[in-house]
Amino acid sequence: MLRYVIRRLVVIPVMLVGISLLSFLAIHLAPGGPISVAADLNPKATAEYRERMVRYYGLDQPLHVQYGRWLVRMSTLDFGPSFAPDGRQVSDKIKERIPVTLTINVLSMGLIFLVAIPIGIYSAVRKDSWFDRISTVTVFTGFAVPTFWLALLLMILFGVKLGWLPISGLVSLEHDSLSLAGRFWDRARHLLLPVLLAGFGGLAGMSRYMRSNMLEVIRQDYIAAAKAKGLGERQVVLRHATRNALLPVITILGLSVPDLLGGAVIFETIFAIPGMGQLFYQGVMARDVPLVMGILVIGAFLTLIGNLLADVGYALADPRIRTG
Amino acid sequence: MAGASSNFGDFLRRLARNRLAVAGGAVVLFFFVLSAFPNVFSRHEPNRIDVLKILSPPSADHPLGTDELGRDVLARMVYGARISLKVGFVAVGIATAIGLLVGLIAGFYGGWVDAILMRFVDVMLCFPTFFLILAVIAFLEPSIYNIMVVIGLTGWMGVSRLVRAETLSLKERDFVAAARAQGAGDARIIFRHILPNALAPVLVAATLGVAGAILTESALSFLGIGVQPPTPSWGNILTAGKDNIEFAWWLSVYPGLAILFTVLGYNLLGEGIRDAVDPRLRGR
Repeated sequence: MLRYVIRRLVVIPVMLVGISLLSFLAIHLAPGGPISVAADLNPKATAEYRERMVRYYGLDQPLHVQYGRWLVRMSTLDFGPSFAPDGRQVSDKIKERIPVTLTINVLSMGLIFLVAIPIGIYSAVRKDSWFDRISTVTVFTGFAVPTFWLALLLMILFGVKLGWLPISGLVSLEHDSLSLAGRFWDRARHLLLPVLLAGFGGLAGMSRYMRSNMLEVIRQDYIAAAKAKGLGERQVVLRHATRNALLPVITILGLSVPDLLGGAVIFETIFAIPGMGQLFYQGVMARDVPLVMGILVIGAFLTLIGNLLADVGYALADPRIRTG
Repeated sequence: MAGASSNFGDFLRRLARNRLAVAGGAVVLFFFVLSAFPNVFSRHEPNRIDVLKILSPPSADHPLGTDELGRDVLARMVYGARISLKVGFVAVGIATAIGLLVGLIAGFYGGWVDAILMRFVDVMLCFPTFFLILAVIAFLEPSIYNIMVVIGLTGWMGVSRLVRAETLSLKERDFVAAARAQGAGDARIIFRHILPNALAPVLVAATLGVAGAILTESALSFLGIGVQPPTPSWGNILTAGKDNIEFAWWLSVYPGLAILFTVLGYNLLGEGIRDAVDPRLRGR
């Protein structure tokens, strides 16, 4: 097991160098380089501002020196000060936004598991039944629904027409004056729609994935053996089949990190939630190069960690992987 | 080539038997016709502003209502269909071309060429795609051309992995050895013998890819960094829907339905093609 984990870990530095190279090229291949991006397209750029940019990127240095400096910055997560008027450190800005995005994603992941896995199991066990057909059609529709559109519809329905739920932010204006229970309730109401939408895309994918895993497992001999032994269907399905069908789901968890981060940009922007996705969107709109690059690199780190966890989790759960 | 054409006939027959795939194909065809003859489907100009009819609900004259500048929503959606298809096809064309080339070269030559190309793919996959697209857009002027190119350049990795896997097994086949014995060069073997046999999974990936690209374009346009007004796009009509969410539901509902049906159509067609190409994969 340890050897397997080490083999996986060895790849990480290689990937990090790749990430640093690619992101470095991304800044420098932009027509005119970073200066033009931030200054020429920005009418408010002054000569002093340009100078600051040159110093920030060390553009007066040769390329390999610039890259070396970028590598050092990246490994210490120092992305320099943001170009926004407040001029705060990019890493500080990201740090305070990550918990919000993470909370919503973890909650929505829980929702996906609670809903998608039972649906997947049931449609596999009752393949071609009405339940299976309806859930299949629903899943296909689910894949095709643009999340931001669904967000709009739910906002119209629950926020505007019915007035049941707030449609922006994390807390109400009067949040601080509420009792403890009141604050919790207030937050829960604000989180309900975003969590639902963050999980929506995954819901369809996960139930489909669980269904096909389950179909695969049910066909195997040991399931027939368990049935032949006289075990009830319930026990065969839940104790014998589900366990094995759940294994690959672990990997999906880790591998879904990039999609979740991408989705965060959309729903955080729509619901005005102060998370990393909204920060990224604001950075893009303001052409705040250090901020955009910082979040891009952090996003790649998180993806890499997700992949690693997926590999290790899978290896822990399934001995065939680590010995094979 | 008689064998190939009858294979193709089999493929079409299997596809035609799949009701969902046919329905998907019909939707796809409908939007093609729509974007080929926009003026047949809408009597209004997509960009004609009418200040007397700002945000008027659906009526006989404006079946889907008007937007915040009094422009006809149906007309804007019909012309928006054209934009969506264009972005979808060009972006997927770019992604497929790059993916094919990288996959064929990596699979055929193996060794360090393969190692370098595939590590590059791994690194690309480390960046959340939507982040990558947004970051690049931040460095460029938002325009429909940049959107197509950026979606294409960030979407080829899956295809290259597929093609590489196919190439690895195809290059060991007897017909490749036979071609080589006849003196065919690498380029001829790759493009005449391996490529045609590796196309089936690519076709499936490309069909599903069009759906993905249309979704991405609409999300970008919705966020205001995709297709720029006054050029109509389903995504940027939805932006107007969000801004007028309290008074004009029709601005939010119809463009979303158009996206939903288009994407659903391509997905069903893609799944159908997958089943028809290789019946063993059915139900997966």
